[in-house]
Amino acid sequence: MHLIACPWCGPRDEAEFSYGGEAHILRPEQPDALDDAAFANYLFMRGNPKGVHAERWVHTVGCRRWFNALRSTVTHEITAIYPMGTPRPDRAP
Amino acid sequence: MAEIVLRQSPLDHLSLDARAVAEPGPAGVVAGERRFVAKVNLRGDPADEAFVKVAKGALKVFLPTTPNTVDGKRDRYALWLGPDEWLVIGAPGTEGRLVADLRKALDGIVAAVTDVTEGRTVIRLSGVHARETLAKGCGLDLHPRAFGRGRCAQTRLGKANVILHQLDDAPTFDVYVERSFADYLWRWIEDGASEYGFAIVAEPIMAALKARRATR
Repeated sequence: MHLIACPWCGPRDEAEFSYGGEAHILRPEQPDALDDAAFANYLFMRGNPKGVHAERWVHTVGCRRWFNALRSTVTHEITAIYPMGTPRPDRAP
Repeated sequence: MAEIVLRQSPLDHLSLDARAVAEPGPAGVVAGERRFVAKVNLRGDPADEAFVKVAKGALKVFLPTTPNTVDGKRDRYALWLGPDEWLVIGAPGTEGRLVADLRKALDGIVAAVTDVTEGRTVIRLSGVHARETLAKGCGLDLHPRAFGRGRCAQTRLGKANVILHQLDDAPTFDVYVERSFADYLWRWIEDGASEYGFAIVAEPIMAALKARRATR
């Protein structure tokens, strides 16, 4: 069982959390200006990295707050936890 | 013809009062249901000074900003649920007044006051083995070093989502459980506590036991 460090509640069982998919997916500012391929790309296409993955989690059973995490899809190691709406800490802005 | 519906606690069908003892003796875990405790969900911005000041004035307790802590005493508490969310606890029957007072005081301030009294009931656990009983089904570290008096947590106990609140070092815990899980959780607790000796007490006796322990 993983321990995930909720930014509010501290380390808790993985079972208390829910996964929210890939982070940093921005809705296009003008979705009606996109063609079908571009919209499908926004809607369906996701990175599938072998390595560090930025993803969203929510502490469902606890404080019910969302946050972002960097997790390795190979080792499951969580290397960073950071607030939603902030850039990926492992990439220079 | 108007139908008279009596208010029922979710554990009424277990007839806990009929099984309650006056003197728990050597039982390692003493439990009882605290019926109809007033519970009000309060949301607002703790960085808003007006909100904090007005809420403190109306509640007579601080809204804790440290995660998973509680302020208050006896029958009035504020439990931290989130960075902008608290559960305010009051004596049974006071929820209407509490909500009205809060809404009036918070008029014009961005805040939300919601009566959630009927959503949960409270199981109080006390005794030298209360902690071990909870630890059987809880992923939290409940050791006194990590979880002590004045702490609260939303977590899972058995398969039920609960809010835990430790009231004193006896230790005594209040377990806030959702209505539909109350029967399950009570049976789970009774089963888990049976190896330590389990006694059920009625609410007033529980209060008296606590007072007696305090004067010892």
